[in-house]
Amino acid sequence: MTTSVKSSDPQTSGARLEIERVRRDFPILHQTVNGRPLVYLDNAATGQKPQCVIDTIQRYYETDNANIHRGVHELSVRATDAYERARAKVQRFIGAGRSEEIVFVRSATEAVNLVAQTFGRQRIEAGHNEIVISEMEHHSNIVPWDLLCKQTGAKLLVAPINDQGELLLDDYKNLLSPRTAMVAIGHVSNALGTINPVRDIIEAAHQHDIPVLLDGAQAAPHLKIDVRELDCDFYAISSHKLFGPTGVGVLYGKYDFLNQMPPYQGGGEMIKSVHFDKITYNDVPFKFEAGTPNIAGAIGLGAAVDYVNDLGLDNIAAYEHELLGYATEALSSIPQLRLIGTAREKAAVLSFVFGDIHPHDMGTILNQEGIAVRTGHHCAQPVMDHFDIPATTRASLAFYNTKEEIDALVAGLHKVTEVFA
Amino acid sequence: MTDLNELYEAQILDHNKSPRNRRRLEDADRRADGYNPLCGDKITVFIDLEDDLVKEVTFEGSGCAISTASASMMTQSLKGKTLDEAKALFAKFHSLITGEPCEIQNGPELGKLEVFSGVCQYPARVKCATLAWHTVNAALEGDVDDIVSTE
Repeated sequence: MTTSVKSSDPQTSGARLEIERVRRDFPILHQTVNGRPLVYLDNAATGQKPQCVIDTIQRYYETDNANIHRGVHELSVRATDAYERARAKVQRFIGAGRSEEIVFVRSATEAVNLVAQTFGRQRIEAGHNEIVISEMEHHSNIVPWDLLCKQTGAKLLVAPINDQGELLLDDYKNLLSPRTAMVAIGHVSNALGTINPVRDIIEAAHQHDIPVLLDGAQAAPHLKIDVRELDCDFYAISSHKLFGPTGVGVLYGKYDFLNQMPPYQGGGEMIKSVHFDKITYNDVPFKFEAGTPNIAGAIGLGAAVDYVNDLGLDNIAAYEHELLGYATEALSSIPQLRLIGTAREKAAVLSFVFGDIHPHDMGTILNQEGIAVRTGHHCAQPVMDHFDIPATTRASLAFYNTKEEIDALVAGLHKVTEVFA
Repeated sequence: MTDLNELYEAQILDHNKSPRNRRRLEDADRRADGYNPLCGDKITVFIDLEDDLVKEVTFEGSGCAISTASASMMTQSLKGKTLDEAKALFAKFHSLITGEPCEIQNGPELGKLEVFSGVCQYPARVKCATLAWHTVNAALEGDVDDIVSTE
């Protein structure tokens, strides 16, 4: 496996992804499953962890473990420093203006729930009564808003998609009005791979003074994000999809918004003082970090961000684009295989149906060949409804995947045909 | 490929290709919906009873090969059984699929349902094989208001 790609970005020109070296950084990739080399193509579900992330977490527990923001002893100071350094790393990674705008949460899902129940609720209480999402959202960017609507009587409006899996921008714009409390849309679709035109989405909303949350769980591992350039109001990130540990997510929010929002959960850390006659909340971001956070997780995420930065997101995007082209061509040449999600702007996700063979059967047979794919509705059942299918098989790629692994997938699909001949 | 052939046994593939009794029973005495959120499999079973005898049992729905074949072969096995026999058969089938010992020694034999014995080596597929059975069980117990879920 000697695949490499040259970046087209003049700033990082000459930088290359040496895939063989990159793969050595991921210990989990070097194993066999059912006697075959593991081919891990389920990166949209979770990314694998480079050795440096694993080492960072282990080192933290071996040398620095303590609670943060409260002890004067050496370990607490070290742990606090490491945790806050991780916050600063994430801040730079997404181009946020200040570190207070980075809130560590449990998951991207929690980030969306937090905004819905605090900011979203405030907007509805201020007289707006509609939330706009899209048809291609992950359940985690549907259900929190549906809950809020049920609690407040607000209405959930859904911007439709076309049969390529692209957002119908004009229909979306037509949904916006002074009634709109909030727009919440995925940056990249997990089920289809569609990269949404988020600049246009935000601009259109801002013309009506409507704040926008982007669910960036699928975008952060693949695209360079600059929240200030996008001018988005909230951005949600998942650590584990970004090659960091599970149990950590990031909410970016504009400082002024975060400042005016009520707390989401109560507890230690989020308060300045507690007396029965008066409780004073802490400043942002701590106001939103009640309880002892996932300290090791946040520090591990910081290491993952360093790792991705070292590779360079431009290099990653260029390489994955090349892989996507190769895989699209290879899969398209298989008779009876239909790709679901063929947007012009697409991340390296290949969702497909194959004749009348159920994805679950495909998943079992591919697993027998050592190939890990996701089968099912990918927590995006409205997308399945749109295409009138119960499920798809999804191969989602990362920068450590190779063309040889795509070839293995194609060979695996031929095995599927043999079994169901 | 030996393992896969144990799972995708010829009879299973045949029942997947041409499922038996896949039709709606109008005015059925009992019906229940089953759903496997993991893979999106949906099934509705319809049962006509005569006293405590399963006179007719059919199903509708879409699913993977294992769940479709299991539903199809289940309808054939249950037809003509008493309610007690049907329950005993479900218990025996469940043991076969999960690879756990069965407490019920008497009652009807599994017969051709034995072709599902390979499923126990695929823990992720146990729910596919048992969805139709759980749904029938709910229908027989009159638990029809709830959607049965194997998750």
